[in-house]
This record gives sequence, C-alpha cells and structure tokens, in this order.
Amino acid sequence: MIGIIDYGMGNLFSVSKALERIGIPYVISDSPETLNKTKGVILPGVGAFKDAMARLREKELDQFIYQYVESGRPLLGICLGMQLLFEESEENGLFEGLGLLKGRVVRIPERTADGERLKVPHMGWNKLHFHQEAPVLQGIKDGYVYFVHSYYVDGMDTSSLLASADYGVTVPAVVGHENVSGMQFHPEKSSATGMQLLTNFAKAMERSEDIL
Amino acid sequence: MMTKRIIPCLDVKEGRVVKGIQFVELRDAGDPVELARVYDQQGADELVFLDISASVEGRKTMVDVVQAVASELAIPFTVGGGINALDDMKRILRAGADKVSLNTAAVNNPELINEGAAFFGTQCIVIAIDAKYDPEIGTWRVYTHGGRTPTERTVIDWAKEAVERGAGEILLTSMDEDGSKKGFDIALTKAVGEAVSVPVIASGGAGNAQHFLDVFTEAQADAALAASIFHYKETGVGEVKQFLRNAEVNVR
Repeated sequence: MIGIIDYGMGNLFSVSKALERIGIPYVISDSPETLNKTKGVILPGVGAFKDAMARLREKELDQFIYQYVESGRPLLGICLGMQLLFEESEENGLFEGLGLLKGRVVRIPERTADGERLKVPHMGWNKLHFHQEAPVLQGIKDGYVYFVHSYYVDGMDTSSLLASADYGVTVPAVVGHENVSGMQFHPEKSSATGMQLLTNFAKAMERSEDIL
Repeated sequence: MMTKRIIPCLDVKEGRVVKGIQFVELRDAGDPVELARVYDQQGADELVFLDISASVEGRKTMVDVVQAVASELAIPFTVGGGINALDDMKRILRAGADKVSLNTAAVNNPELINEGAAFFGTQCIVIAIDAKYDPEIGTWRVYTHGGRTPTERTVIDWAKEAVERGAGEILLTSMDEDGSKKGFDIALTKAVGEAVSVPVIASGGAGNAQHFLDVFTEAQADAALAASIFHYKETGVGEVKQFLRNAEVNVR
C-alpha cells in the first residue's frame, strides 16, 4: 500500500489513477496515523512553495514526514513535492523547506547564458540525462517526461542527482538520497516512461516489509 | 532541450467527437475515450478537448467525459468550452483535467484569468484566442463565441494582457486558416510567440506533416494542434513525428 499525502495542494486524481493503472493499491490521507501504515508515501504538489509548507506544518505532516523517512521507508516527492524536500525556496520570498536534501529552489532564468530567451514555465516533454544508476531508473530507455514548473533546484549535491533535463540550465529531474527521492516532472503524466518510474518506486517499497 | 509537442484536438459535442470545418459543418468522428487512447498510443504529447458549442448554447462540458478520459490517459490534457467561472474550472480540474482553456469568458471577464491562476497556478490556465486578420486595422482581431463575434481587441494586445494576468499558455487558432489544410498561420503564430513569454500552441490549417515543420521552424511555435487530419487518418501523429525527426526537429 502506497500512501498519498493529501494536504490540499495536488492533483491527487492523476497520481491515484496512474497507480491504479499499474496495479498498486493506495490510500489518500492527511492523517499521519493512516499514512504510517503504508510501505511508501508520495508527496504530490501543485501550487506555491510557501502555501504548501504552511499546510504541511498546519497538519503536522512535516513531522510525520521526518519520522517516516527516519523509519527507512521510501518517500517520493513529485513536482512541488520534490522541491519541498530541499532546504529553501526563493518562490515569492525566501521560505524554508523540509531540508531532507541540500539545495535551493530558484526561478528558471528568462534567458540562457547565451542570451537565448527561455519560456517560463518549462512546460512540455523534455529528455532525461542520466547521471548515475539507481533502482528508480531501472528499465528507463526513452527518457522523455512531462514537465510543468517555473522553479528548479540549484546547488544540490551531485551525489543525489540521478537524472537531469536541459532547459538553458541543468534542471534536476530525478533526485535521490537513501530512501528520499523526488521527480520534478509528472511521472503520472509521462506515458509509459512515467509508469515505469512509478513501478520502480513501488518496488522500492518491498524492503519496507521488515520495517512494518 | 524541450521537444515540440503534437496535440490532437477533439471537439466534443454531447459526448461525441466532432470537427467543425470553418466552425460550421460538423462530422461525427467517434468516442472521446476511444480516440484519446489511440492518440496516446500513437505518441500524442497532449490532448485538447473543446466543447465547441458551449459558448453559444451555454452547454457545460461533460464532467463524466473528463473523468473517463483522465482514468484512461497517462498524458496531459486540456479542457475548454463552457468554462465561465472559477467553479467551472474547479469542476473540470477536479475531474482530472490538467489544464482548462478559456476563450469567450476570459475576454468578457479578464479577471477570471487572475482568479484561476491564483487558485490553481498559471500552469493550469490556457487562454484560447480565435484570431482573424483585419486589413482595416492591419493586424489580427480577437473573435469570440466560436468565431462568430468580432471584438474590439487585437490579438497581440490580448495575448500580452492574458499572460500578465496569469495565462500559462496561449492556444492560438487562425480563423483564416482553420479548415483550409493549407498550413498554419506562420505570421500570426510568430507575432504572438514574440510578444509573450509563455508557450504558444499553433492551431488551424494543418494539412500535412510539412505544415508542422513550417510552424515549428519558421514561427517557433512550441506546440501544434490539429484535428481532422488525425481523426480522418489522413496522417498519423507518429508519421508527423517521424517527418519532424528526419528534419532534425526535437520530438518525443
């Protein structure tokens, strides 16, 4: 069973439908007690960083996430959910994140280093470049995935960077450190590649048997 | 870098897909869920569902269709037509659509763009513009109500205003080319693309794969939309993409 953290900031429908398609049972909840019975959790998210952190704290889901990660079970942040895993964000101010991974969320520049104009949001299908092998990337060949975002993670540890996309800047796309992982794009909207990534995440939950 | 997107458009009327040739003559071309599945398999990058009669007859887009499509599709899709208020956006997005597209309602009440963007984020708000060249003013004029009603607005100014208010994407239909199959409107697409900082989807006039290449290379469109040539199997999404790939255009 996967838990989808419901803090009022995501398209939970798409994520849950994608899990149904690949045959993974899930529970959508904002209750730490319910979520704690799962073998892995997904932190989705669409919207502003500041609001998302405020809602997580309001429902004490930030504390739940720390304990969950501490227990060794896998956590996957998607889109804004991935950005929340990092230390801080410059979206409409400077706001503290969960700090599970090192790095800062900054706005995608409007021009490349060569002065070429970049459209923001970074919206559409972009190619993944793989930096290192990881279980979550198993079997991924055609690496096109669907992105929709205006901010990206800067200054992260290269040891946690599993895959990136090129959009004038290097956009961290798949990140992972031990049992904490994140995807900047939307696997649930990324056709067969996205389904494979979610299947791989579900496989990582098998190790949670010993923890529960 | 980013790939160019190919977007089949399904015009929906009473739960069935139809295509308006120059917005008037309609032909039945099937079940939306069935077509969505086929397009996903063919490699479509996104889908757009438009309730073409909604603005005229006040018909609401069917939430059931959206829900059925969302259960089936693993690619993003946009729904337009009959969206006149924030509540309509909520209904459609909660049924599983990724974006809503606003046309007449946004022209009549531009504040709706701000409301939608504030609530859902700019990435969910697509502004659809029906454009027709007006030789008297020497630029393109915005039309509403499915292309029936001319407005006082020019396309470039309206596109800029829409983006300032929070539009995350512009779906630009050339009424001059729509249904002609003679190619996308290069001048229009280029002009809007240069005026705004968000992605522009070119629409109207696709007749063959070369037309897609032209609009991507000459007008720098971010995406291109077509309906009848895909629905009536004159060409497939896969064939268009292969053609683009051979011409060294970056596609998925």
